Amino acid sequence: MNLTAKVRERILEAWPPKQLLPDEQPAYVHSYVYFLGILTVGSFAMLVISGVVLAAFGPQWWHVSAAGHFVNSIHFWSVQLFFFVMVLHLWAQFFMGAWRDGRQLTWVSGCVAFVVSIGTAFTGYLSQQNFDSQWIAVQGKDAMNAVGIGAFFNLLNFGQMYGFHIVILPAIVGALIALHLLQVRLRGVVKPYPLPSPASGQSVPEDRS
Amino acid sequence: MNHSQSAYYRGIRMAPYDLVKEALVAFGVVVVLVVALAALLSSPDEPPMTIAQVAQQTPLTFLNVAIGDLDGSGEIASYGPPYNDGTGSVQHIGPISLQEMGGVTIPINTAQDFVIAPLRQVAQRDPSLAQELAAFEAATPQQRRDWERAYRDALARATVQGIEVVVPTGAYGPVGPMMAALLQMGQDGGMDGFLLTSTHFYQTDYTRPLLFIQGDPLHDAAKQFHFLGTQWGMMNETGSYPGQAWLWLYTFWYQIPPYSTSPNGDALVWLTMAVLTVGLILVPFIPGLNQLPRRLGVYRLIWRDWYREQKPPNREGA
Repeated sequence: MNLTAKVRERILEAWPPKQLLPDEQPAYVHSYVYFLGILTVGSFAMLVISGVVLAAFGPQWWHVSAAGHFVNSIHFWSVQLFFFVMVLHLWAQFFMGAWRDGRQLTWVSGCVAFVVSIGTAFTGYLSQQNFDSQWIAVQGKDAMNAVGIGAFFNLLNFGQMYGFHIVILPAIVGALIALHLLQVRLRGVVKPYPLPSPASGQSVPEDRS
Repeated sequence: MNHSQSAYYRGIRMAPYDLVKEALVAFGVVVVLVVALAALLSSPDEPPMTIAQVAQQTPLTFLNVAIGDLDGSGEIASYGPPYNDGTGSVQHIGPISLQEMGGVTIPINTAQDFVIAPLRQVAQRDPSLAQELAAFEAATPQQRRDWERAYRDALARATVQGIEVVVPTGAYGPVGPMMAALLQMGQDGGMDGFLLTSTHFYQTDYTRPLLFIQGDPLHDAAKQFHFLGTQWGMMNETGSYPGQAWLWLYTFWYQIPPYSTSPNGDALVWLTMAVLTVGLILVPFIPGLNQLPRRLGVYRLIWRDWYREQKPPNREGA
């Protein structure tokens, strides 16, 4: 028994390339709404690229260098765009009832990615080493302490917040986005709601969600 | 497309689609947008506040913070976990305090850490201060309290001349010279360095310096940036920038009772947000809520082209 061949066959069976990268989609996939998800991924990619440059030069760099400040500005606007399109994507998927027909876990992974992204952005604001960071740290500490999280997640500890921001949380967000994309590709895009019959004027039966 | 997808899409017209091209276009749009925004609008970078600035620009505030740390009336002195065993800022959800369960993991004794220890360092080359410090430490707790109270009373009548604070004479014993020496240390920048220093050479933990200025010094400065809790707090940002707009719901609760008035406000906001977040994640499984999009009908707008394409008797789409 060749284990390598077996693993390859299992992978191809579970994740067929044609399904991961399809060259056709149902005709109803025809709206700018479907562009919001990939815009979110694009913004995340830009966040990672600009974040890697900022991390490579160190946390002091952007305060003392015009080039560094520009890269920080790119990182800053990337996160603003990331959240803007991600929230629109989330609302759109809600209005489409995108969890129908066995896609519940796709919704769950997307929402968890959204929540972890908030933590990632929050630690980013704490890592800026400016007045905003100071204020957010001292304000946020009371909330963290009130529920016991502050005992091991200290907003006033720059080193800890920086580590969370540049490694731990983005890695989790990246993994969740990858899982979310995989779920979308493997299950396909949800069908439109059936319209109520005009003759009967009755609404369609409840969906299986 | 595997068997299950083929079955799912049976009867639905498939159209050519280029996912990779779509991804590249999306990334291109993102690059153009963020580079343009970065070039046109830059990003905020208000310099951080230092303890030296507080001591130089608002020496009276510095002394009020310092005497509060020494006599135990300051917020952090009686804060509670994770800094100490106080109860001043301990919050509960019903009978449960997660804060107390977390324990004291970052021990802070404000009198020792923020006043006595820095002064000991100065006293190494200031014999007169060393004597005052020794007198203070040798005094009874009651005597210390009397000195501290007398100093606080005198400070209420103090005047500021430049960076000097003229404190009326009083029966505050060694506390007066101690506070004057601490202010001098603060103005020289020594407090910034001392509170950041630990047993290690490299430093990344700003807990102690931030806790020293977290009260009036930072609050007074934050007011001008609309940063206070009643001003939607940390959701805002210095300058005319959007800030953390995604925290709007979290910050919203702090604006209304009972969250804005309860001593357990933070814990209540966390509880509320935890319930709402779990609710959002579990929308597909919550009866009624998972049918809401169908009832709202926004989907008709999103899929309007598809519905237009469907002629009777195929009106029902898929």
